[in-house]
Amino acid sequence: MKSIADLEKIRQATLSKVNLRRESEGTRIVVGMATCGIAAGARPVMNAFVDEVGKRNLLNVIVAQTGCIGMCRYEPIVEITTPGKDKVTYVNVKPEMVPRIVAEHVVNGQPVVEYTIGQAE
Amino acid sequence: MNEISLYILDLVQNSITAGAKHIRISITVDTTADSLTIVIEDDGCGMSKELLSRVTSPFTTTRKTRKVGLGIPMIMQLCEMCEGRFHIDSAPGKGTVLTLAFKASHVDLPPMGSLPETMLSLINGAPEGIEFNLTYGYNGESFDFDTMEIRQMLGEDVPLNTPEVLSWIRDYIKENIEQIEHQ
Repeated sequence: MKSIADLEKIRQATLSKVNLRRESEGTRIVVGMATCGIAAGARPVMNAFVDEVGKRNLLNVIVAQTGCIGMCRYEPIVEITTPGKDKVTYVNVKPEMVPRIVAEHVVNGQPVVEYTIGQAE
Repeated sequence: MNEISLYILDLVQNSITAGAKHIRISITVDTTADSLTIVIEDDGCGMSKELLSRVTSPFTTTRKTRKVGLGIPMIMQLCEMCEGRFHIDSAPGKGTVLTLAFKASHVDLPPMGSLPETMLSLINGAPEGIEFNLTYGYNGESFDFDTMEIRQMLGEDVPLNTPEVLSWIRDYIKENIEQIEHQ
């Protein structure tokens, strides 16, 4: 059973990583979390990104949310921005796609073209 | 939407958009009275009488990307389908209180689904500085979760959206809800 006291251990274990995370300007993974996104399955997608970033111990990556992007039929939509590179928009994202997007795009810098909006039409 | 917890995630987004700093989510299940009550309370900007009078219309929205807003109409429809009640209390500068009451055993009521996943999404996704309080009551027992308490334990240097913290929060809420449901 988890207890509030566990947080002290987590605090000590993560303190050094947190400082690294703060100093580095890194990748932003933004998930659309308006009614359209949530109804289409954005919650498990966002949580899968959080889990994957944690599992891989990626210190320069932030998972954030935004509202309606205006293309509701393509939700869940995920936008990934990396400093110095073009924004990439993934559409109809499912949790199963998340490990591949993180491995190929976020870690290795190669967007997964087949999941992007350009391929959706 | 096929989980009550997804409706909650969606409705709380309205509180975030309203600039709330404290958001209270209270869920009370009473199996003897066959009732499920959900209250979402925020200290956001609140709504004028005029906005409040048309907030249940699917053609009311504050977003600029589309002319429809389906969050509140969808929860209203669910209430109507499930012999539920729906009430919004709001005034400018006073925040908003949304109350939903359902007949818990109603055949058309979707399952609660995963509250821990909803809280994880909210805590990770909400802008810095928003505090969440979740109270889950089940037949007289209750579990209280508050991000301010978590923040106090973590100190100023470790934010709530640290993956290790989020993962702990998910398990902590899950275990506590399971425990009071099985007592």
